[in-house]
Amino acid sequence: MSTVDEAKHGDDTVAFGSRRQRSRTEASQSDDLGFDASAPLLVVEDLRVEFHTREGVAHAVNGASFTVGHGETLGILGESGSGKSVTAQAVMGILDSPPAKVGGGKVLLRGVDLLALPEESRRLVRSNRVAMVFQDALSALNPVFTVGYQLGELFRIHRGVTRQEAKTEAVSMLDLVGIPGAAQRVSDYPHQFSGGMRQRVMIAMALALDPDVLIADEPTTALDVTVQAQIMKLLADVQAERNMGMILITHDMGVVADVADKICVMYAGRIVERADVHSVYGNPAHPYTKALLESIPRIDHKGQQLASIEGLPPNLTKLPEGCSFHPRCRFRRDRCTTDDPPLYDIGGSRQSACHYYEEVLAT
Amino acid sequence: MGLLPATSGSVNLLGQELVGMRERELRRVRRNVQIIFQDPYASLDPRMTVGGIVGEPFRIHPEVAPRGDRRAKVQELLEVVGLSPEHYNRYPHQFSGGQRQRIGIARALALRPQIIVCDEPVSALDVSVQAQVINLLERLQDEFDLSYVFVAHDLSVVRHISDRVAVMYLGKIAEIGDEIQIYEHPTHPYTQALLSAVPVPDPTLRGQREEIVLTGDVPSPANPPSGCRFRTRCWKAEDLCAEEEPALIQRVAGTSQLSACHFAAELDVIHAHPTP
Ligand SMILES: Nc1ncnc2c1ncn2[C@@H]1O[C@H](COP(=O)(O)OP(=O)(O)OP(=O)(O)O)[C@@H](O)[C@H]1O
Ligand code: SF4
Ligand SMILES: [Mg+2]
Repeated sequence: MSTVDEAKHGDDTVAFGSRRQRSRTEASQSDDLGFDASAPLLVVEDLRVEFHTREGVAHAVNGASFTVGHGETLGILGESGSGKSVTAQAVMGILDSPPAKVGGGKVLLRGVDLLALPEESRRLVRSNRVAMVFQDALSALNPVFTVGYQLGELFRIHRGVTRQEAKTEAVSMLDLVGIPGAAQRVSDYPHQFSGGMRQRVMIAMALALDPDVLIADEPTTALDVTVQAQIMKLLADVQAERNMGMILITHDMGVVADVADKICVMYAGRIVERADVHSVYGNPAHPYTKALLESIPRIDHKGQQLASIEGLPPNLTKLPEGCSFHPRCRFRRDRCTTDDPPLYDIGGSRQSACHYYEEVLAT
Repeated sequence: MGLLPATSGSVNLLGQELVGMRERELRRVRRNVQIIFQDPYASLDPRMTVGGIVGEPFRIHPEVAPRGDRRAKVQELLEVVGLSPEHYNRYPHQFSGGQRQRIGIARALALRPQIIVCDEPVSALDVSVQAQVINLLERLQDEFDLSYVFVAHDLSVVRHISDRVAVMYLGKIAEIGDEIQIYEHPTHPYTQALLSAVPVPDPTLRGQREEIVLTGDVPSPANPPSGCRFRTRCWKAEDLCAEEEPALIQRVAGTSQLSACHFAAELDVIHAHPTP
């Protein structure tokens, strides 16, 4: 029933046979960076990003740590302004600096700290090893070139293939992501594609050089729900097929529940809860996660009145003393207004940044 | 709402035919219907104070509140929607998205309408703030005996708030019925595909629900397919669907919902079905 499957079965050998051929130069250059095949795929440690604004310093990402393994999907969940995109941009090395500034931490890809690499090497990593899909495909694609040209350039520049080979690669990529009539559509410009198809084109660009890690930042937020389902299925299929690590960023609790293996919940620049997907949904350990889950209506039953979270997310330049969530928290005690909770290890490979996580788990 | 002229058709409000009505009468009737817009940032005039915005309907309909009473009336409205009456002289940019949506709601309530059209009222809001506004709308409905026409694409929110639901595809109603009929017993393939595409925030249900992944894209509404407009993406489509437009009628014995599909048949897609 899905276009994705049709595309795959149609051209399996072309799509998957050629993608492994890294051009000798780039492959060896990027291997020279010292990647260690036995090291974990992606480890982010205590990442900090600040913005210096007129109102003061905004700690957009305030000590984020997580790991992503091969074939694993990490969901980063959080509402607007919580620091999801800035985290992704820091991992990709595409932050706008200034105003952004990486204030500390490590982004270890196979043991190599990307934050310590010179820009030239980062560019290599960006095209070959870590790729990103954005919410707004139109702004990520160049409007004046055909999608075939843009895709082909990736292969010409990074793989050193001929123009003709590049075109063949471009067609097979479009085919892989389920664009009907890929051989013709390769000559179209981005604006000639519908929203969903454009999103597929961007996914094709991200996958072209066979990255180890794919970061998808709200990849379906702007799309119709039936098209959203198609794109999520495409991403999940390709990820499983290629055994990639994937970071899926969204504010949609439903989408993450469907695809993520593990989850980081962000609030005001911090990771406040980190656990496998079943624990987070089955028995949340942070009051914010718990409140979010109780505040969303569900499609599979009518439900009672929603439990709303009073108040607003804080201004990042003026975070509340103690726990950032305390003004909105129903588990709050005096201590919360003065002591900033660390990300407590709570057993079962789970963490929660709440002094009273035991109480939260028990209610 | 009469904000855009209808090209043809009939709109009936509280027993009165609106299409073709003269401007003055229309304005009088329109008092009974107010609207809340999707974008809390674009829908409020940035140069007007909150007091001016919420009180504006009184300027257009001075008969509702004499000049001297207006300030008090506006402050009362602000309190009703959970804002402080002291915010009277502030400007929209001094408020968050959720608070601006409350300002829009206060303005919509000013003339004590019977019907409020809510056009995507929470889709621009933060997840944690959506529930505040939904709860407010529900409370006001009870308090003022309001009817809502709630236009939204979030099917979970629609279910939560609605008694009756119309599912639209390319500008036409595909299926209409009460909330239970549409969500638990949908009969139109588009309703079914739509519902099956909504992810449920429960990882234990992964792969346990009916999965209908539609092929292809949504065609342009300006040039819809012949016959049934859904047929280009429908897995049930047959020749008949291209030839004849299916009427919106009762299709399935034992249910009263109306469905515009030649091959309407019930299918529950939102609950877990144990995998065989
Ligand atoms: N260029 C900038 N200048 C100042 N502050 C910025 C800038 N870009 C981002 N920020 C701040 O960093 C914080 C995190 O932003 P980020 O884009 O990561 O949020 P997000 O979690 O992705 O939200 P959304 O769901 O809206 O995409 C925000 O509070 C934002 O105000
Ligand atoms: S530390 Fe205190 S305020 Fe913060 S989440 Fe836990 S109970 Fe709430
Ligand atoms: Mg973002």
